[in-house]
Amino acid sequence: MKELIGVINLDDELDQLNELTYFRCGAAVPFAGRYRLIDFILSNMTNAGIVDIALFVRRKYRSLMDHLGEGKSWDLDRNHGGLFILPPDWNDPTDTSLGDLQHVHNNMDFFHRSSGSHMVHSGSRHISKVDLREVYKQHISSGNDVTLVYKKVEELRPEHEACLRIDVDEQGQVTDIHKELDHSNIYIEMFIIDKYKYLELVKDCIAHGKNQFFRDAIQENRDRLKIGAYAYDGYHAVINSVESYFANSMDLLNRENYTELFRDQPISTKIKYEVPTRYTENAEVKNSLVANGCTIAGQVENSILFRGVQIGKGARISNSILMQKCVIEDNAVIENVIMDKDVHLSRGVTLMGDTRKPFVIAKSSQI
Amino acid sequence: MKKEVVAMLLAGGQGKRLKGLTKSLAKPAVYFGGTYRIIDFPLSNCTHSGIDTVGVLTQYEPLVLHSYIGVGSDWDLDRRGGGVFVLPPHERENGSSWYQGTADAIYRNLNFIEQFNPEHVLVLSGDHIYKMDYNEMLRFHKEKDADCTISVIDVTVEEATRFGILNTNDDLSIYEFEEKPKQPKSTLASMGIYLFKWDVLRRHLIEDENKASSSFDFGKDIIPLMLENSMKLYAYPFKGYWKDVGTIQSLWEANMDLLCDEPKLKLNDPSWRIYTRSPNQPAEFIAPGAKLNNCMINEGCVVHGEVIHSILFYGVEVGEGSVIKDSIIHPKVKIGRNVRINKAIINENIVIEDGTVIGSDSGDEIVLVNSEEDYAARSGRGREVTNP
Repeated sequence: MKELIGVINLDDELDQLNELTYFRCGAAVPFAGRYRLIDFILSNMTNAGIVDIALFVRRKYRSLMDHLGEGKSWDLDRNHGGLFILPPDWNDPTDTSLGDLQHVHNNMDFFHRSSGSHMVHSGSRHISKVDLREVYKQHISSGNDVTLVYKKVEELRPEHEACLRIDVDEQGQVTDIHKELDHSNIYIEMFIIDKYKYLELVKDCIAHGKNQFFRDAIQENRDRLKIGAYAYDGYHAVINSVESYFANSMDLLNRENYTELFRDQPISTKIKYEVPTRYTENAEVKNSLVANGCTIAGQVENSILFRGVQIGKGARISNSILMQKCVIEDNAVIENVIMDKDVHLSRGVTLMGDTRKPFVIAKSSQI
Repeated sequence: MKKEVVAMLLAGGQGKRLKGLTKSLAKPAVYFGGTYRIIDFPLSNCTHSGIDTVGVLTQYEPLVLHSYIGVGSDWDLDRRGGGVFVLPPHERENGSSWYQGTADAIYRNLNFIEQFNPEHVLVLSGDHIYKMDYNEMLRFHKEKDADCTISVIDVTVEEATRFGILNTNDDLSIYEFEEKPKQPKSTLASMGIYLFKWDVLRRHLIEDENKASSSFDFGKDIIPLMLENSMKLYAYPFKGYWKDVGTIQSLWEANMDLLCDEPKLKLNDPSWRIYTRSPNQPAEFIAPGAKLNNCMINEGCVVHGEVIHSILFYGVEVGEGSVIKDSIIHPKVKIGRNVRINKAIINENIVIEDGTVIGSDSGDEIVLVNSEEDYAARSGRGREVTNP
């Protein structure tokens, strides 16, 4: 879809996942056995045929750059357009822009050179499978200035507390944007807007010393803009804390959620040439998600194993998430644990967390 | 641009003995090991051996193979001044014909090889499963100052009657080549891997091409001709796993070899990864009622039933109450509930209905299910047995 360009703005995203975001930004946090959070929004964009995508990063983006490379796995290694990772490497002495507006001000070339007339603006914390072609269609036919995407959640969970809600009238127009806790229309931090309208609003914000685009140009400007709402109904998860990361990961062990997230359009991620997972004669695996390259000789239940994990004989893993290349030696026991990459757990060690408060082990720990 | 070695991979064979598996694709494109195709092995070996120029000679049903290889980026063979080249037979000024034999296929691509002006040409075949550092062979070849080096593997006397056997002197120089000898004098079997000095090979290809009686085959014609012309031929002994997967039986065995306690072919080896086209599937879902025992399962599978001593390729679904034993299930096969599959190879994309029985516990024969009709014919009897 040549009409659309994509902006993934990670500027507002705090490093909220404790040990998991000590060395990486939230967008680079591994999820669902073989992905990183960024893969979901990136795949939504490429599945909609978007080929010009800018990624605004500010902190801890080494791991993200390593993951994305030149965008080949997402089919974004293009002669014209493709993926642009835009770190804050700018030095304009006349620049008076603040906050996330700086990214736009200092990367005007991206907006001018990209061929699309409209842009999708998104973060990476909300995992969804929004069909952006449909959002765009609605945006154009409605004649609105901007279209916000929201999900009416069935059940309000703790991670929704930090989310913005939107009130929508019968015509699908947004009447209010707020944080009232009992409202269930969760704004999934995604909007479509005319590219030039966006640039105009950015310019206006900068002129008035503003520093946060969504709040200052959309939320505060409600009366002057025609703001529409697109009701998304499909898989949705917000990852903004260790608890929400754990809960939403475990929810994927529910077959319906798994199917909803992975059916139809594929989610792309960095290709690794791992062998299929080997389950030995002693393996007992139940209700788990397992990626390739693992060798499992122990018991695994209600857990998620990323690529290349090794589980020794007699080891018991339950309600846990083990990221890439963790090694669990024989007879070790873990329950309610999130293990970051490359953790090595020695023979017979026991680690326990709580279902609501998982025990998080930092990357490359030796225990 | 001068290259030390150019590899020529013979991938045009039909592989008739693989029966239905090669109905619509060439043998090198046949699946192996839960995620690979046979050709991944020689291609990955080339990359890891530092050989960046590979000509792939195709002929029989090349569509799958051509689109699979693409520009070769999965094997790191999308290179400047080299890379992977697919070389099907083509029309020429003096008429057109198919490749008449392995030697003819190389002969017809002399100009392809010449543009790289190589010192040596490595001839490989696309029907073997093995990990090999061709550099070691090249070192041996240069040490011996050989005109041709043939990689050999030690087999039993019994097996020797089924292979091309090389009879050698103590210094491993070859004095005789025997195809499937009844009374083998040696147990060194040719692995179908030849390393030639390019100028010597070129000369012999031209000489052979002009012989009316030739069958244009490396084993039958070129090697005997070189021996006749007193060229220096050496046998390079390879130690490691090597398996010809030319029959349903041997293909099944090679797959099952991966399920040994200590497989001789170590696939999970970060220093020698076998590259393949990634199907990009989500992590496999192992349901609460699943039972897994000594098996390999690829991403994208959803397993509710029992999988024993079997290999599942990507995207396979196994329904509740189903038991898969001693079998190989190719990509995207959907297996319903209460299905029994014993010692079978199920080809890709097939849907197996609830209650079907394929193969039997006692059967020695490997059942190949290659199409829906194939399985419908076999399943009638089974349904009666399993349905309550």
